[in-house]
Amino acid sequence: MKQYESRQFTIGAIFLVVGIIFLIRLFYVQVIDSHYKLDATNNVLRTVVKYPARGLIYDRNGELLVYNEAAYDLMIVPKAIKEDFDTTEFCDLLEIPRAEFKDRFEKAKKYSRYKASIFEKEISARSYAKIQEQLFNYPGFFVQTRTLRTYPKQTAAHMVGYVGEASPKIIEKDKYYKSGDHIGISGIEKQYEQVLRGKRGQEVQMVDVFNRPKGKFQDGAFDTSAVSGSNLILTIDAALQAYGEKLMQNKKGSIVAIDPSTGEILALISMPTYDPNLLVGRERSKNYGKLSQDTLKPLFNRALMAKYPPGSTFKSINALIGLQEQVLTPSMHYSCNRGYSFGGRKMGCHPHPSPVDLEYSIQTSCNAYYCNVFRSIIDHYSTAEEGYNVWRNYVTNFGLGKKTGIDLPNELSGFVPETEYYDRYYVKGRWHSTTILSLAIGQGELGFTPMQMANMVTAIANRGYYITPHIAKEINGRTITEFDSTIVRNETGVEAKYFDEVVEAMYKVVEQGTGTSARIDSLQVCGKTGTVQNPHGDDHSTFIAFAPKENPKIALSVYVENGYWGSRWAAPIAGLLIEQYLRDTITRPAIEQRMLEGNLIGTVPKIVGNAGE
Amino acid sequence: MRGSKSLIDNIDWMTVGLYLILILAGWLNIYAAVYNEQFESIFDTTQRYGKQLLWIGTAGVIATVILLIDERFFSTFGYLIYGVIILLLVAVLLVGAATKGATSWFEIGGFKIQPSEFSKFATNLALSKYLSTLNIRMKELKTKLTAAAIIGLPAILILLQNDTGSALVYGAFILVLFREGLSGNFLLIGLVTAFLFVITLIFQNDVYQLPFEMELSGGWMLIILLFIIIGLVYYFNRKKKQILLFSAVIFIACSGLVKSVDYVFNNILEPHQSKRINVMLGIEPDPYGAGYNVNQSLIAIGSGGFTGKGYLKGTQTKYDFVPEQSTDFIFCTIGEEWGFIGSFVVVGLFMTLLLRILFLCSRQRSAFARIYGYGVAAIFFFHFMINIGMTIGLAPVIGIPLPFFSYGGSSLWAFTILLFVLIKMDADRLEVL
Repeated sequence: MKQYESRQFTIGAIFLVVGIIFLIRLFYVQVIDSHYKLDATNNVLRTVVKYPARGLIYDRNGELLVYNEAAYDLMIVPKAIKEDFDTTEFCDLLEIPRAEFKDRFEKAKKYSRYKASIFEKEISARSYAKIQEQLFNYPGFFVQTRTLRTYPKQTAAHMVGYVGEASPKIIEKDKYYKSGDHIGISGIEKQYEQVLRGKRGQEVQMVDVFNRPKGKFQDGAFDTSAVSGSNLILTIDAALQAYGEKLMQNKKGSIVAIDPSTGEILALISMPTYDPNLLVGRERSKNYGKLSQDTLKPLFNRALMAKYPPGSTFKSINALIGLQEQVLTPSMHYSCNRGYSFGGRKMGCHPHPSPVDLEYSIQTSCNAYYCNVFRSIIDHYSTAEEGYNVWRNYVTNFGLGKKTGIDLPNELSGFVPETEYYDRYYVKGRWHSTTILSLAIGQGELGFTPMQMANMVTAIANRGYYITPHIAKEINGRTITEFDSTIVRNETGVEAKYFDEVVEAMYKVVEQGTGTSARIDSLQVCGKTGTVQNPHGDDHSTFIAFAPKENPKIALSVYVENGYWGSRWAAPIAGLLIEQYLRDTITRPAIEQRMLEGNLIGTVPKIVGNAGE
Repeated sequence: MRGSKSLIDNIDWMTVGLYLILILAGWLNIYAAVYNEQFESIFDTTQRYGKQLLWIGTAGVIATVILLIDERFFSTFGYLIYGVIILLLVAVLLVGAATKGATSWFEIGGFKIQPSEFSKFATNLALSKYLSTLNIRMKELKTKLTAAAIIGLPAILILLQNDTGSALVYGAFILVLFREGLSGNFLLIGLVTAFLFVITLIFQNDVYQLPFEMELSGGWMLIILLFIIIGLVYYFNRKKKQILLFSAVIFIACSGLVKSVDYVFNNILEPHQSKRINVMLGIEPDPYGAGYNVNQSLIAIGSGGFTGKGYLKGTQTKYDFVPEQSTDFIFCTIGEEWGFIGSFVVVGLFMTLLLRILFLCSRQRSAFARIYGYGVAAIFFFHFMINIGMTIGLAPVIGIPLPFFSYGGSSLWAFTILLFVLIKMDADRLEVL
């Protein structure tokens, strides 16, 4: 192979060229370029996460409901901790036991010896002031600022929800989240997480061996600034919400108020409630544990998740269905002899004049009348099944037994049985209008959330339709209805003309019927009381109302658990809320006083008087 | 065998000396890289430096044994050794232990053995034996294909182990083939392909604005440039025979390459590999992802300055900022603690060793020994080029060790065997007829 001998020089040349290129590059990197020539004392890089401030939340009048306060995470870099680290002094500073220090140090070491991890999280600004002065004595520790939620009005806890640390499960599912990130876990915070969270940033700092930041790495070439979350304006009236919570103190139950013309939620109250500030920062898990063990279930959002039968308030709906189906006219009279007898059984009623027409039936809440109405709706068709399906269709058109579509997580759909349910229960073809007669007076299997009931009232107030209820009004300056296509007008299928009679009757209920405790001078309030049979204890007091009669501005449903008659608790509370919202004054301080003092959590105080419904 | 005196006389002590210096320097640097106040003794065998000393000791035994074996052993059993190693490479795929995504280790007792390190030696033996057969002509297609098969088989098996870095090393044998008569065009094509690949990656995402509101992607822009360049070359050589066909073929091949870069990049390379290449080319700055190692490595080396921070005083080293400090990124420790002077000495030592090996090759009488020697040089060179290249940002991050410096028993043994078989053959060169 002599002929290729010269090629050894080519190969040698290749070797030399690479060697020389390396030496030139090394000379450049090590001697000439100051870019890499960082001083030995400050070439330790540290990435500081810039947590964005979450968006602020306001009520419809611009009152601040939720804002942020600074808090500090103490970070540790295990490898940077010196031999002569004074553990005792450090533990005193942080007010933690020495054993705890050891545990956390080992945990951090396990995570990484040279990457920072959280040693103590969410230190308040006040505690931090003390720590800050001493921190430079402890190389290996530094602080990362972040924000925590604060709730100045201490109200609407269930609705606003709370923020927590992203769990490993969430981190695995959503690439955005990293360990230590905050995420909305319930309520508005969860529903509008994407809007509120903003965008995380980072800063790469150079830090010397004494733990002092020495400026930005490469002039901040790798830094990104945090982008704050967008602000959110809610449809809630904070004053109304707070007043409702106050009236409901020491009671269990729920209030939902809606502006019927827009579907905007004005108040969403679930009692008992809690101070949202309890579920913030270091105390969260401790407080959460306490709250979740409370037998009164303060964490349970009754407004969206509790199912109550509607009781007598539902009679208005049966009247409307009867009218639309043309099996009922306003002048139709039915007699009531202390109830309604059928097949040897009897559905009882309270004593009142008889016979009654439509208007009076609502006013006096006559059970017998609605047994007749319900039977004529169902029996109008050849089979009970067919009639029931027609009836059920109207009921769901009022937004009952299905999710209303409110922009909050965990809404339940309530319950209106399907025919299959009765087929299973009573054998197909063997059940009749009388079998399911309790539906006539809003009892039986029906279960609606307070949210659904309030929504149903808006459909009555609007004479035939409701707008999808919603709680966000403006996101970053844009009205939600501009871009949220799920907010629509929903028709009930009952024509407007049939509402007049029922609305008039509901007006009479407040003027001179069972709901006079909701009456407000020179304000036309329409309402309907209800007593919800409760197999577990005292009956629930309920009231639905809207006002004014023409061009209604507020519609609401009130449930007071174990409050007996609707007229006793629910109606007066509804009246006070309507007055507060529409007039901003309270003209009946005696009633207000009685509501504020009422305590239904212990024993029910005996109050004499008040006719039944 | 002749007496040991003649063996001692005939050994190339300069190569052995270089070997000893490199190994000693390597050991001291591993000590610096994993230096830990808790285990100060350099002989502590619970630490890497202590273990490396064990590896060095055993490597010495292996080197001595090799020097005592008859050199004909290696040429005689070349194919057999190759066959055994191929079997081991297959076996490791079936029963091997996985480390960092690669299944390339046998675990025996507490020790791990990596057959892919030894297969370089075996492949070199087999290739040398084949190419030194009488009447072999590199020009023949059959020769090329057989040589390619000998080199390719272990490379593919190692690729299957998911150890791309070690597989790439086999590309170094192209230098051996070149020395033995492979057309220089192959080297040229390799270079041009690599060059076009890189250029395309850099420019393909650019968009050029042309008159009349036309836009042109970087890929097409390159093809137009190629057309102009090849067209010009054709124009000045148009008198030559077949130049038109030749130019056309070149143009089509180059254009095809440019257009296929995207496909290769996105579909053939693994995402982390594409990412490393992008980071190296500066297309994607990413100091905390794929670029983290290189960036930290550059800071470590760069902060060494001209004279370095002093032995055991490297802060980057101390704070573990460069991962794989004692293995793939061992050169950082040298750069940081010994500065440019240290880097210069190490690069110089490697250059001297490589050129010395070329010198040894040139004085071999047997083709087998000569080809084997070039194989050794090519393998050392490739490791040297890629390993140091990646620590200073000139090569993509491919995890292959720096000979004699990186921590690891298998690689130290394998490099020792490679080198001492050559030293042995060189010592016995005068006996070859």
